[in-house]
Amino acid sequence: MPDFLLAYQSLFAFIGINGLLALSVYCTLCCGQLSLANAGFMAIGAYAGAILTQNFHAPFGLAILAGTILPAVFAVPLGLPVLRLRGVFLAIATIGFGEVVRLAFVNWDYTNGALGLVAIPQKTGLWTIWLALAFALYVLGRIRGSRPGYALEAIREDEPAARTMGIATTRYKVSMFALGAALAGLAGVLEAHLTFMVAPNGYGFSRAVDMLVYAVVGGTTAFYGPVIGAAFLTLLPELLRGGGQALGLAPGPLRLFLNGAILLAVILFVPNGLASLPAAMQIFRPRRPPRSAALR
Amino acid sequence: MQQAINGIFLGSIYALFAVGYTLVFGVLDILNLAHQAVFMLCAFAALTLVGQWGMHIALALPLAAALGGILGLVLERIAFRPLRGRSDSNISGLISSLAAATIFEAIALQLFGPDVSRFPFGSFPDRPLHLGHATVSALQLTIVAISVALMAILTALLRATPLGRRIRAVAENPRAARILGVDVDRIIAWSFFISSALGGAAGVLFGLAFNSVSPDVGRSIELKGLAVIILGGMGSVTGAVIAGFAIGILEVFTVARIGSSYRDAVSFAVLFLILLVRPRGLLGQAATREA
Amino acid sequence: MPLSVEKVERAFGGVRALDGVTFTVGEGEVHGLIGPNGAGKTTLLNVVSGLLRPSGGTIRLGEHRIDGRPAHQIAARGIARTFQNIRLFAGLSAAGNVIVGEHLVRKAPLWRRMLLLPAARAEEKAALDAALLVLARVGLRERAFDTASALSYGEQRRVEIARALARSPRVLLLDEPTAGMNAAEVAAVEKLIREVAAEGRSVLLVEHNVRLVMEVSDRITVLNFGKVIANGEPEEVARDPAVIAAYLGADT
Repeated sequence: MPDFLLAYQSLFAFIGINGLLALSVYCTLCCGQLSLANAGFMAIGAYAGAILTQNFHAPFGLAILAGTILPAVFAVPLGLPVLRLRGVFLAIATIGFGEVVRLAFVNWDYTNGALGLVAIPQKTGLWTIWLALAFALYVLGRIRGSRPGYALEAIREDEPAARTMGIATTRYKVSMFALGAALAGLAGVLEAHLTFMVAPNGYGFSRAVDMLVYAVVGGTTAFYGPVIGAAFLTLLPELLRGGGQALGLAPGPLRLFLNGAILLAVILFVPNGLASLPAAMQIFRPRRPPRSAALR
Repeated sequence: MQQAINGIFLGSIYALFAVGYTLVFGVLDILNLAHQAVFMLCAFAALTLVGQWGMHIALALPLAAALGGILGLVLERIAFRPLRGRSDSNISGLISSLAAATIFEAIALQLFGPDVSRFPFGSFPDRPLHLGHATVSALQLTIVAISVALMAILTALLRATPLGRRIRAVAENPRAARILGVDVDRIIAWSFFISSALGGAAGVLFGLAFNSVSPDVGRSIELKGLAVIILGGMGSVTGAVIAGFAIGILEVFTVARIGSSYRDAVSFAVLFLILLVRPRGLLGQAATREA
Repeated sequence: MPLSVEKVERAFGGVRALDGVTFTVGEGEVHGLIGPNGAGKTTLLNVVSGLLRPSGGTIRLGEHRIDGRPAHQIAARGIARTFQNIRLFAGLSAAGNVIVGEHLVRKAPLWRRMLLLPAARAEEKAALDAALLVLARVGLRERAFDTASALSYGEQRRVEIARALARSPRVLLLDEPTAGMNAAEVAAVEKLIREVAAEGRSVLLVEHNVRLVMEVSDRITVLNFGKVIANGEPEEVARDPAVIAAYLGADT
């Protein structure tokens, strides 16, 4: 492995994991829904995977599978009643869900309560993370432009009108909510086996907001936007660490402040996110718009 | 009896907090997720005024509430007004209010640190009163009295003043209100001011009641506030008041019977149950989007 | 009868927007629905297409009762509509909008696309070709790849009609299809309505352009304050004193 990669290995790993989390938020945002449950789903995935490898010595592949599927299983009964309603109810229900998941793990003795699990076997390699990210990108990229992909865009643009086209909007929204839960769970398993530990407070509300910031800052009109946002915001604190110290700001508040300020600036001034900037500024003007792109 | 009193005491703070949520939602149809951050900042403000400047709490409370109102105006200006008229304004409003909440929390974290801060000892004279078998502290009684009074003032303001009538008109139908000559932007700004001032007052009362304020203190009340407005019906002030007391009482009884680790689960259980059976809540409008 | 509306009611709070509305639309019939502003025409279309639940009455499509069913099921039974305040999917191209309109008639399993199977490519091409054909029908083949929001008002209305026609509906609900159009565009829409009816589809037409309604409709129902005040052939309706009074009273 080149020195460069070695030196920044953990940074690259976290870009990948944060990229997955950003995509998990994208799954609901791309049909116009705001979910704040994905930190909870991530926790479910992380704990499920960690319990399997640590207590049952299950193979890592099985842990990944369980940690991906279990959150989706939770997502369906949570999403089904709520996604029939107006969008704001999903935000409310998922804020509640995230908090309840965290509290459940805090109160669960089997997983050491608030302390969480430690000494989880390290099984996640850099390549595992990036393979998972590539897979997620492929799936979401192929949904774009497909029959369900068009349905999702119609739902985002005008849900009642989409229903009059014969699109079963609730079913689509629940499917994407579950897919987002699965991706968040996958990221959870991978992170647990990278950092050797899981603890309830790692999956609180601020984690949910972090993911949302990645996705919105990157932009959700293109499926790869969230990953760009995740990479940008994972690198940013590293770049700004010196500056913050010089100003006498603690790194925690500084990171939080930047998250909020960047999120606000993007939603106000670049509503389609950073990924839309090149097109907006026409840096890469295509000679002739390709047919598939023009369809969008 | 003792538990009922504790429940009413807790419920009065929940109701006061949630009334602010529901007021803005009623007028703008947007949930202000920064409401809890205003709550938290105002609690800190009162604490600083009392603890560092030696101000009496009776003066610090209105000052902190006024600060809350000003924060509300700032919030409306930077996070909501620029989005008005955008087709995705309901979801982008949620996101921008979340961004504002994050900024407020970062400020609190930088200024006050992550740990719990407390009011200096004896900043509020407190002595127990006996009501039959139950004990009430003078502090509890004062807190209930203040929040009930504030909610009564709000109700009177909405019912009987020109400003209140305009707020209700905008909540009912902004387009029609504009045609009738109501300055909708001003009314929305007023709603934010009132909502955030009440939220700030709730923050100060909460800080006094439990004598502990930290940058994440808004998080736990947020969930309760959301449960309250769902139970009461989104946008209904009366519903929020009733539901606030209901959830306060329910929570106290749950803690007494089952255990304190389930304190916060009560709110979520109520919230989810209502979404399942009656999404419009006790007194709200329809919850599914039509046409 | 493809579409029969019987004693349909809908109240908003205390206001009765629809009050016992009854009429039928036959196969291949163009049925005009007119009335002063606020008479309940759009509310009726919303109720028929399932965006609003009726508070009473029955609506049948063929033998099937559709009142109170979810909008997407009603659409699947064969009802398509346009909107008074154009509701295109603004971020999609004209062709993309029509492809959304084909949602019900096209099968394209996602797994084939995931596995990059040639069949998936063929399905996508078929969907696009079909969409281009429908767009050609409304005279917009050239603008197929333009974003919907970049089209002119009249063009957007035509894309909406194309989107509704894309799935070959049994009943087409048109809500003021010619509002804001120039004379040539109105003539084109008139021709299109006749063609659609000639294919055996029923058209329920809400329209402010009275001349157009009189010309193109086989039958006309007049609504006022949520009630049917007249129902019959265009000449009959035009002579009806109640209709004349309603229109003069409403200052139209």
